[in-house]
Amino acid sequence: MKPPPFTYHAPATLAETLEVLAELGEDAKVLAGGQSLIPLLNMRLAAPAHLVDVNGVSELDVVDVGPDEVRVGAIARHARIERDDGAAAACPLLRQALRLVAHAVIRNRGTTCGSLAHADPAGEMTAVLAVLGGTVRLASAAAGRVTRRDLTAGKFFVAPLESSLRPGELLESAGFPRTPASTGTAFAEVARRHGDYALCGIAALVDLDAGGEIASARVGTISVTPTPLVVDLTDVLAGVPPARADLAAAREKVMAHVDPEADLHASAAYRRHLAGVLTERAVRQAAARSAHAPAERGAA
Amino acid sequence: MTTQLFGQPVERREDPRLLRGEGRYVDDLGRSAAAAAFVRSPHAHARVLDVDVTGALNVDGLLAVYTFEDLPERVAQPLPLLIPHPALTHPRTQYALARDEINHVGEAVVMVVATDRYRAEDAAERVAVTYEPLAPVVGLEQSEAARTLVHADVPGNRGAHMVQQVGDAPAAIAAAPHRLDFRLDIERSASTPLEGRGVYARWDAQDDSLRVYSSTQTPTGVRAAIAAILELADAKVEVIAPDVGGGFGVKIMHPWPEEILVPWAARTLGREVKWTEDRREHFVAANHERAQEQHVSVGFDDEGRILGLDVTFLHDHGAYTPYGIIVPIITSTQLPGPYRLPAYRVEFSSLYTNTVAVTPYRGAGRPQGVFAMERTVDRIAAHLGLDRTEVRARNFVLPDEMPYDLGLIFQDGRPAIYDSGDFPESLRMLKELIDWDGFTAVRAAAAAEGRRLGIGLGCYVEGTGVGPYEGGHVHVETNGRVMVSTGLSTQGQGHETVFAQIVATELGVPMADVHVTTGDTRRFGYAVGTFASRAAVMSGNAIALAARSVRAKAVKVAADALEANPDDMEIVDGVVRVKGSPADAIPLRQVAVLSNPLRYSFSEEAKAATQFAAPADPDEPPIPRGEAPGLESRDYYSPIRSTFANGMHAVIVEVDPDTAEVKVLRYAVVHDCGNLINPRIVEGQIHGGVAQGVAGALYERMAYDEHGQLLNASFMDFLMPYATEVPRIETAHLQTPSPLNPLGIKGAGEAGVIPGAAAIAAAIEDAEGYPIMRMPLSPDDLFRLRREHAEEAAS
Repeated sequence: MKPPPFTYHAPATLAETLEVLAELGEDAKVLAGGQSLIPLLNMRLAAPAHLVDVNGVSELDVVDVGPDEVRVGAIARHARIERDDGAAAACPLLRQALRLVAHAVIRNRGTTCGSLAHADPAGEMTAVLAVLGGTVRLASAAAGRVTRRDLTAGKFFVAPLESSLRPGELLESAGFPRTPASTGTAFAEVARRHGDYALCGIAALVDLDAGGEIASARVGTISVTPTPLVVDLTDVLAGVPPARADLAAAREKVMAHVDPEADLHASAAYRRHLAGVLTERAVRQAAARSAHAPAERGAA
Repeated sequence: MTTQLFGQPVERREDPRLLRGEGRYVDDLGRSAAAAAFVRSPHAHARVLDVDVTGALNVDGLLAVYTFEDLPERVAQPLPLLIPHPALTHPRTQYALARDEINHVGEAVVMVVATDRYRAEDAAERVAVTYEPLAPVVGLEQSEAARTLVHADVPGNRGAHMVQQVGDAPAAIAAAPHRLDFRLDIERSASTPLEGRGVYARWDAQDDSLRVYSSTQTPTGVRAAIAAILELADAKVEVIAPDVGGGFGVKIMHPWPEEILVPWAARTLGREVKWTEDRREHFVAANHERAQEQHVSVGFDDEGRILGLDVTFLHDHGAYTPYGIIVPIITSTQLPGPYRLPAYRVEFSSLYTNTVAVTPYRGAGRPQGVFAMERTVDRIAAHLGLDRTEVRARNFVLPDEMPYDLGLIFQDGRPAIYDSGDFPESLRMLKELIDWDGFTAVRAAAAAEGRRLGIGLGCYVEGTGVGPYEGGHVHVETNGRVMVSTGLSTQGQGHETVFAQIVATELGVPMADVHVTTGDTRRFGYAVGTFASRAAVMSGNAIALAARSVRAKAVKVAADALEANPDDMEIVDGVVRVKGSPADAIPLRQVAVLSNPLRYSFSEEAKAATQFAAPADPDEPPIPRGEAPGLESRDYYSPIRSTFANGMHAVIVEVDPDTAEVKVLRYAVVHDCGNLINPRIVEGQIHGGVAQGVAGALYERMAYDEHGQLLNASFMDFLMPYATEVPRIETAHLQTPSPLNPLGIKGAGEAGVIPGAAAIAAAIEDAEGYPIMRMPLSPDDLFRLRREHAEEAAS
């Protein structure tokens, strides 16, 4: 389990990084936290001719809590974002989900942007980006000019482990929109062992109106669809307080929309079943976290 | 007395070193050694048609590429069969490098040696092997059907067949008021130590000698194998097990192909060669265990007393039988557990499959046997509507029946006779510890919150400390250091601590003066190895006997010097003195000086000792015949037969009504391994064992597909539980000393794992309300079982 030979590049600036990537094109892989790439190299499942290590590019090491969004740079570690109180206040789902990403030691190295770029449909942060309606910013350079494009999850994730990232492009940052106080969020998942890839995971976003009734609701999925899927549940849940919401209908709707595959750890039927169970749990928990949730229902 | 350390919860002296990352494992040695890598078969069953190494030859740093054709005659023979048995009619072992046929994915075909492991892997990748794939045999069902054969000359894929019986079980069952018949299944797992295998060899051409470091549970066994196969004098081969990062059985297997090939390559190339197994290799090239299919018939009376038990099982021993049929023999003989079986018949067929070979993994066939027995007792209780502990109590062998002869032949070839134990008392303690009788209320309270709980238990008896022997050497140096060695090796059990406790106690010296070396043939040449929960029993007693001899000699020498009666002497805190007259005393280090007539005064001790030196008798030799210079002794402990430890585990689980997840809420252990040398270490052993029991019940399996590919050959997909999945373990000890050995001890190494699957299955069954007949059980399995039972109930 030693990687095949590769040429190592360690640019110091973003400009330099984009230049190297432009020059190397398809032959290069970007190394950030390395929590997926290094095992792939060691098992010789990937053999890029060049590795471009961006860990020294300090301008990518940012967690910026702005008026509209939380923006995280390419080498912001999961752990840093998880512990950032400003980010957690602006966008609680970040911390809720990051706690479920692998283990502390992996979160200390692994990056949220790297996890998005890897486009693993079992990665929690893919569903977070999707359900929150966030975007990834892809940067590239040509003839000294830097070009950037922002893509939604729907446009960015193409297939398992496949994204719209083009050769020469760097996933420079990701933006997660602020969550209004009336909206509660939650992430529920089932994994075989603590920190394992989830057999199924559901990120939920429930907005309550001033009267405590559900105004809108949607969930994002991991591990049961080829790319993170957002299912809008407003039609089955809106117009009633959470306690009277038809969670069985929400459950049915999500189960009808997911398309799980069987693998070593779970059958498709079980994963579909979990999508329903976890939808119910995540929606209930998210609703309880809305500022408009009736106090006595807070613990529901 | 300060030196009464036997039985105390002394802290492990190896921990500061191991926990600070200062351990010294094989891969920490030989930094400049050349590295070996192996080309391993991607096919489960194939013929090797051609090996083309030309692609590898231009890899920078390549030193050698070896195929079967390159091996000298002795190395090119099939590897040894370690433990032959008359019932093993068709033993098969592998070649160090595949000759013409591959029998499992991962079998080594080509060995590459290069200046470092990166280059070795680069070269290995460029070796082209042409295979003719053959139909693989995967799983017991396919093997038994024998439409395809693993080895063309083994009919029916049946390597071994054995029947043992006491009384006439079929007749007893036929005549019994009640009868049950059912099938049980246990899947594969493996030892999976965190440190894989590793071998580092240094050849000294001038001295014509070889030094080998191996991550092994038996350095003496490895040495004997290397010396024989490489045709070297035993005395010219040194084998050392440095720190070993876990063994759990897989490293008692020897010699591994790599343990022969790496030393051979070192000698052939005239340079140091090292091979460190990586995780992927370990999954497909190091042995597995467990898989069995069991068919049980039991007859019993209205009170739940067993009248006859008949078990037929199939044992999957993989592609080869290098370690014989120890595992299914142990299943057969340990299956009765603490119960009196008036008639018992057990029959097994050990079958070949195109998968990694099966050799002992902690528990070694016992978890399977206990699963069969305990599931049987639970089914009897369910059938009669009796409490499960009551049925057990009615069938127990009682203390006044000890020693109790099972009428079976154990793994050591000797009668299985329980030497001691108090099963009713163990059960009473367990029920108290888990509050068995209070569980109904606990369950009801949880149910009121929508939670689903269940309780179960599992009992076992474990033969430990198998012979034939182990030795110990104790040497008091003139500087006061007490140097102790034994030949078997250590894999983190705490031998440095417990052997020092024994010597400190026996000899009357502070523990800090005692230094223990294990697993180094330079220090101790005769040993068997660390397996079968035998190290404490075997080496512990041998070391105690050696320490007693040293003590006797010290007392005699000191008594001569002090002109005292040896019977009046004692040793306290490293000083030999006359009882009641503390001024008449000599430190042990000075006794060591006196024990040697050559008395150069290199040290203050030697100078001081001369004051005691009696004038030599000119008519006698300086060393009387039959005596030896120095204060040291070597002794061996060789038991008549194994000593049987026992234990009982109780588990409370919570099953999620929606997700079908299983959580262990409480895990209670009552353990009886005779006298405890160090309760802290015994509890540590139990904790590790329970973790592996939980693993086998809920997480681990070897996911072979129909092509014989191991689909989960990584720690990502092979679900070894993390600390987060292992429950807190509540332990109580009962101590019924063994009458068989001087220290009255029994083995404790494997105990914790043995009843795990049985107890957890029982608890899940209790929570779910239908029988659990196979292990492990994943949430997906439980989800499926719930559906099946719901459908059954509906129809």
